[in-house]
Amino acid sequence: MKHFLLAASLTLSAPAAMACETVTIGDLTVEHAWSKATIGAGRPGVFYVEITNTGSTDDALVGIATPAAGMPMLHETVVQDGIASMPHAMSIPVPAGQSVQLSPGGYHGMLMGLTTALKEGDSFSVTLTFEKAGEVTVNVDVLSLRAEGPDCADAGQ
Amino acid sequence: MLGVGAYRTRNRPALSEVLPLPIGEMSWALTDHRDQSVRPTDWAGHPVMVFFGFTWCPDVCPTTLSDISLWLEDLGADANRLIVALISVDPERDTPAVLADYVSSFDPRIIGLTGPADEVAKAAADFRVTYRRVDKDGGDYTMDHTAGVFLFHPDGRFASIIDFHEDRRFAVPKIRRTLS
Ligand SMILES: [Cu+2]
Repeated sequence: MKHFLLAASLTLSAPAAMACETVTIGDLTVEHAWSKATIGAGRPGVFYVEITNTGSTDDALVGIATPAAGMPMLHETVVQDGIASMPHAMSIPVPAGQSVQLSPGGYHGMLMGLTTALKEGDSFSVTLTFEKAGEVTVNVDVLSLRAEGPDCADAGQ
Repeated sequence: MLGVGAYRTRNRPALSEVLPLPIGEMSWALTDHRDQSVRPTDWAGHPVMVFFGFTWCPDVCPTTLSDISLWLEDLGADANRLIVALISVDPERDTPAVLADYVSSFDPRIIGLTGPADEVAKAAADFRVTYRRVDKDGGDYTMDHTAGVFLFHPDGRFASIIDFHEDRRFAVPKIRRTLS
């Protein structure tokens, strides 16, 4: 049974398929969830996603959880005076009527304490917790370390 | 103090304190991802593109390497004489073997450099680069570091910096100007 489940989850992880899924919760649309392959399990993975708030109330992403990592956190890459750092982001605003991207060089989920190395073609789930909308779970595609984002038909919109 | 700090704390720093040294005046000795020793003199006569980073970080460094790979693709064979190097600011974790694994995901012209902490510090000082260890909960640490990409002419003179997030339309011509 365990084997069967594993096989099923691998079959479902066709590249760029899940990243192009759209999940909604209340007024929020969550899509383009992806990650990058890692060198081993000792280095953190990364989580990127796009969130659109179609409602009239501001919301905020306040946390992420995943079976793939023991200590997932929200970070923001900041470049100040030419120096890059990535402080912890307590919450990521998702203002009414706007889209927010967790994307390379900006906000990102930092997946520390990976349970296993992330390999291109794998997928895993991440549960996002919003201040108002509550929790929603998305499937995340692992792309190559070099990837700049999932290749969805509607990408770049 | 390294370059950027000096820039902020003094009123009028001499240009020589802010700009990277010419390659020929640098003094570091590092090891590449194939375990070969590399010295600044090895780069004489070549245009050079260098940036500092570390493989532990899944965001800034892969993003910079992806950008550089795209620039190199745009430049094609014209960039074959260009030396492109990532210098690790985290030599404790970035061994040549780790760097080899890492750079294998990107354009094959990119080399990884690491070495003893004091040689990395020397390189950073020569390039006027700042880096700093930031400890995290649970014993892990990350590194803050200068994120720009440095360009040098074939005679070793500093040419320009490509800032993090700089538009590709400006980056590729900047590189091209160092190639002739
Ligand atoms: Cu981070």
